[in-house]
Amino acid sequence: MAMDAGTIERMIREAIPDATVTIEDLRGDGDHYAAHVTSAQFVGKSRVQQHQMVYQALKGRMGGELHALALQTSIPR
Amino acid sequence: MSDPVVFDRIRQDIKDNDVVLYMKGTPVFPQCGFSAAVVQVLSQVGVKFKGVNVLTDPEIREGIKAFANWPTIPQLYVKGEFVGGCDIVREMHETGELEGLLKDKGVAVAAQ
Repeated sequence: MAMDAGTIERMIREAIPDATVTIEDLRGDGDHYAAHVTSAQFVGKSRVQQHQMVYQALKGRMGGELHALALQTSIPR
Repeated sequence: MSDPVVFDRIRQDIKDNDVVLYMKGTPVFPQCGFSAAVVQVLSQVGVKFKGVNVLTDPEIREGIKAFANWPTIPQLYVKGEFVGGCDIVREMHETGELEGLLKDKGVAVAAQ
């Protein structure tokens, strides 16, 4: 099952409203994405915690219908 | 509900081994690109690790996701602590943080 990039972006923004989300469809198959998420809410959190926040936003779809989402998180400068 | 029995097995494994990689396939024959990528990083760093093949152990495969609150495999543990999945391990290797972490934790790495 694939997910479209717009849905991924919307779900992340719903959970992390200040997030800047960039999504790239790596193979054009709607199944392999790379996402870069920037948010002030990541301040003071470890990388693992930052990624967990994004996974939580995707409500269990990661590892399920969303097979491959290469994730990079950062804090706004 | 989580199964405490499988959590006990995981705790024992990450206590008995300094570096443990839960992965799909084996270090010699990874069966997933993300697992292969982490194996490659660990080989480059020159650190010894125990690979646990989740494909042959459905209980661990599901249990490890709940254990770390992390939805995907591979998962890397150093001295009992969850370090991250493929993206984080690769990023930490690029910045040199992974080597720093291993050194801080007193894990031996082969000289490059």
